[in-house]
Amino acid sequence: MSAMSSTWDRRSLLRAGAGLATAGALAACGGNNGRGGGGSGSSLVQYFHAYGEAGTEQAIKRYAAAYDKASVRTQWITGNNFETKLFSALLTKQAPDVFEFHPQLQLVTSGQVADLTELIAPVKDDFNQADITSHTVDGKIYGIRMIDDPQFFYYRKSLLEKAGVGVPQTLDELVEAAAKLTTGKVKGLFLGNDITAVQYPLIWSAGADTLDSSNQIAYHTDGVISGLRTLRSLFTSGHLLLDAPADYWDPSALDQGLCAIQWGGMWSMPVMQKALGDDLGIFPFPKIGSAGRLSVYNGGWSMFVNAKGKNVDAAKEYVKWLWIDQKKYQEDWATSYGFHIPPRASIAQSATKLKSELPEQGVQLFNTYGHFDNIHWTQAMITAFNDVLANSVRKNGSPEAALDACDKKVNRELKKLQG
Amino acid sequence: MATTTTRGPARPAPQAAHTSRRRSLGTRNALNFWLFTGPFLIGLIVFVFVPIGWSVWLSFFDARFTVTPSTFIGLDNYRTVLENPNFTDSLVTFTVFAAFIVPITWGLSLGLALMVHRLRFLRAFFRSVFFLPTACSYVAASLIWKMSIFNGVRFGLANTVIGWFGFDNVAWLADPDPPWYWLVLVTLRLWLQAGFYMILFLAALQNIPAELYEAAAIDGARPGFQTFRYITLPQLRATSTAVILLLLIAAYQAFDEFYNLMGKATWGQPPLVELYKVALGESQDYGQGSAGAVILTLLICVVTLFQGRILGFGRAEEAR
Repeated sequence: MSAMSSTWDRRSLLRAGAGLATAGALAACGGNNGRGGGGSGSSLVQYFHAYGEAGTEQAIKRYAAAYDKASVRTQWITGNNFETKLFSALLTKQAPDVFEFHPQLQLVTSGQVADLTELIAPVKDDFNQADITSHTVDGKIYGIRMIDDPQFFYYRKSLLEKAGVGVPQTLDELVEAAAKLTTGKVKGLFLGNDITAVQYPLIWSAGADTLDSSNQIAYHTDGVISGLRTLRSLFTSGHLLLDAPADYWDPSALDQGLCAIQWGGMWSMPVMQKALGDDLGIFPFPKIGSAGRLSVYNGGWSMFVNAKGKNVDAAKEYVKWLWIDQKKYQEDWATSYGFHIPPRASIAQSATKLKSELPEQGVQLFNTYGHFDNIHWTQAMITAFNDVLANSVRKNGSPEAALDACDKKVNRELKKLQG
Repeated sequence: MATTTTRGPARPAPQAAHTSRRRSLGTRNALNFWLFTGPFLIGLIVFVFVPIGWSVWLSFFDARFTVTPSTFIGLDNYRTVLENPNFTDSLVTFTVFAAFIVPITWGLSLGLALMVHRLRFLRAFFRSVFFLPTACSYVAASLIWKMSIFNGVRFGLANTVIGWFGFDNVAWLADPDPPWYWLVLVTLRLWLQAGFYMILFLAALQNIPAELYEAAAIDGARPGFQTFRYITLPQLRATSTAVILLLLIAAYQAFDEFYNLMGKATWGQPPLVELYKVALGESQDYGQGSAGAVILTLLICVVTLFQGRILGFGRAEEAR
């Protein structure tokens, strides 16, 4: 009898277990798929990378909540692998309907992003024309720019004065300044932990470009090679801040007095101003060689609609509502957290927070020295050039060999994308 | 439910019951077999065999931004992968890593086990203390190692310590020359793993009969190294082999700490990280990623067969 009851116990246990497993499987089918339950109309999912500034996540969710034609769920993706998460998600049924990213040709050629020309057409002239160009392929516009993010150097005025250093105009002067500014506790310069943050300015300041107008390699020049050599000498000089706890996109390195000059984005400006007050200046990436010119990287983020999503029309409508019609939210997004430049002239003009001295200077650098993303320069090419920095600046490899290896990868990608 | 009802009325006729029971036992065995192996088998097919097959198929196609490609390109992906120095270097990287981490972890966990085994007091306490890091995730540990212990600024823990001895700050991860990053990677894995393998060794140590030591002492073996060399170590042979195998597998599967610590480096990338980047990170080139995965699978098969020969796995009976 006791054996019998124990069998029964085991059976009922098994059955209960199976029941639980089934319930679990059912629950997994129903929930946690990123889509909000209830709400009126269709439901949408949007992907954002985690902005560092306080209040950004709440802001994006607040805008989404104000939309009444669809319920919009936000996936706020933390960590440094936004691209990988986005790219892999785009292949699945759990793909976001709407996502932020940078304009890159492969998204268009692979049919992953929807044509948004019609949405933008009525306000096209209000947009910064460079932002329109960088999102256009064969006359069609594939993304709506939300914010423009110029990247430049921040410096502590007092530290430069104390060391008798002027604002560097050439890369060699920057190297000298870094040496003079380095003391026992403060390093002269911070270019980000892996130096790749300055890879574009390095190219532009050497008078070169990523690709030329016929989409051929334009970065493989003597100027870029000499720039890479100078960066290598800087890397080994002991005057560069390396392995900082927070990378260049965070204002901490300069705020905490770890360095005197830091590469950063305009988004960091409000926090830096709060921490350092007037003891803060900015300048563009200095010239490299005789053909060089000052440069600033006009990065930024744009909204895209997943062309293979389930609700393409609803997604387009939402994107139009938020990023074309709701100017109040657009201004809030660009100026209330970090500082970003609104890509639309009408908003940029009314954005009072960007009118004070330092932000205005940032806008000026953006307008005067800025280079925008080139849609033909894709993620694979970016990674290939990251390797150039790794192999010839952080490692003691020859810049020529590193650029040759990069050429091979970039050409393969160009061939694949352009046939 | 069905079995109990047939069992009831069958009681008065034992002969009939016997055959029906045997038959029902037979079907029950088959049912039980599928009940127990079925889910595992389905899982194995869905999550292992189908992906492997799909990978092989993908590796012959131009599979960019899609896992259902249509352009057959033959061996082009294999050519590209083998010409890519990042991939070939990664094979060297994980071989070097395995060559370092396996013996070091083996030695350290055995050392810890021997120490804890000899403790008279607080044994459970130290056992737990050494075992606890096993519960920590590689990602969390990587962040602590990167941001607190091995950051490059003057107040990083490692730099503070070497500062006491008058050394300059070291950029542990940014600067590959000298390759300090190995120190970061190896210490992290040691901290996370050593405790677990210590427990395995501890269990094995407790199973060595005390009589062996007594007999050895009578035969004149000196306590200490001699006893360890001729009694303890041979008795730990089975556990050691298992630990080495587990460590090798773990080393080959290394991903998390490399992915989180090495950033945009071209060195110190094991194949899994490199392939992850190729397939998902940059050009979403699933064809090239799959080609790399197939090459890796073949290499692992070769190593496994080779290893089986050396360690004599599966030949235990013959060896006896």
